[in-house]
Amino acid sequence: MQAFDYLPAVSVDEAVAALAAGGAGARALGGGTDLIAQIKEGRRSVARIVDLKRIPALAEIKFPPEGGAWIGAAVTCRTLNQHVEFKRRFPGMHDSTHLIGGVQIQGRATIGGNLCNASPAADGIPNLIAHRVRVHVAGPAGARVVPVEAFCVGPGRTVLATGELVVAFEFPASPVRFGAAYLRFTPRNEMDIAVAGAAAAVELDDAGQNFKSVRLALGAVGPTPLLVESAGPRLAGQPVNDASLELAGSLARAVAKPITDMRGTIEQRQHLAGVLTVRALRLALDRARGTRTVDALGRPL
Amino acid sequence: MKSVVEFTLNGEGRAVLCEPRQTLLEILREEIRLTGTKEGCSNGNCGACNVLLDGVLVNSCLILAVEVQGRSIVTVEGLARPDGTLHPLQQAFLDHAALQCGVCTPGFLLSAKALLDEKPNPTETEVRYWLAGNLCRCTGYDKIVRAVLDVARSSAPSTPTR
Repeated sequence: MQAFDYLPAVSVDEAVAALAAGGAGARALGGGTDLIAQIKEGRRSVARIVDLKRIPALAEIKFPPEGGAWIGAAVTCRTLNQHVEFKRRFPGMHDSTHLIGGVQIQGRATIGGNLCNASPAADGIPNLIAHRVRVHVAGPAGARVVPVEAFCVGPGRTVLATGELVVAFEFPASPVRFGAAYLRFTPRNEMDIAVAGAAAAVELDDAGQNFKSVRLALGAVGPTPLLVESAGPRLAGQPVNDASLELAGSLARAVAKPITDMRGTIEQRQHLAGVLTVRALRLALDRARGTRTVDALGRPL
Repeated sequence: MKSVVEFTLNGEGRAVLCEPRQTLLEILREEIRLTGTKEGCSNGNCGACNVLLDGVLVNSCLILAVEVQGRSIVTVEGLARPDGTLHPLQQAFLDHAALQCGVCTPGFLLSAKALLDEKPNPTETEVRYWLAGNLCRCTGYDKIVRAVLDVARSSAPSTPTR
């Protein structure tokens, strides 16, 4: 591996200063499951690594009294998988955190790293988008908040400026009758990269019959994870039935702008965007209603 | 620039002079000369280099040695008792012939130990999920799964559901 400096920061201010002083050659280290592999393979050159894992603020998990959650950027997938209260409040997020890599990757990989690596196929990001997560960023010019759907700007590229880092994710309070889910398609069951992925979050009316709000997001069908912007206004107030689910699928297909590569073709990925969206919606609906009409892959029982 | 990294390895304190670019795997094998931990893919896909870091299963090829300052590491060499008695998982792998060439075995043993430490009575589905990050080109996996389930059944109070 190439040589670099290693700076284990113990505070956000120290990390910001170290990243800013390092300029374009500095890179923040979370779990390292993407970064270290990229450096080894020569896909990324770094002069300085600033380790964020010893910063207490980045390891925090907090549940504000008004609801929601505050999750530090260096919290690992494994920690979230084991966190009873987080799983109780946001069961849909578990769909992502338990399928990013294998158990040994989850023990190290962080949600912040999954976002900042900015893979178009990242399994965590569509789910964060569906959950309306706000990204809290610290930098030389101060703190700012970025809606997660605006965070990635291209494959491997984010809105972070030199010296900036992600501190934490703010999950808004879930309404009552809320459910969310993430599904992806891969040729094998585990340890693979998504050919396409879809996340859905729904809020139902008091009777559980109509959509109050819908939020859909897609992965691996564009240069960044995508919010299906039309889904919210088109589906709010609509009854939950086959017609509205099919409408959701068609809205997702229309937003998907995939490429053909070794993992799949444009046609396959567009088709998958629709199928996975409908299935993720069915799973999210089950969770919102407390029913069980579909299996873990969103297929009707 | 080299720095001294202090950590606990299989219960013993260690201090090793490390460059930032050296992985934990390199330090274990080339500086400390504990070669039980294997290098397979070196990019986090195969699990041959698995160790426990503060009890958490990790790929040692994707961790810089400088990151483990003050932490505790367990490698396959830390599984057997000091008198040489094998860990029940090691014995079960022998009894079930759950290895052929053996290169993947230390990684599988650490994954299995991490699983049984967390879930002493796993289902077969859980065993397969926990071992999904370990690649074996010899056994076809089934004997490995049987060995892990056998240890779970003989030490757990009740039988797994499936």
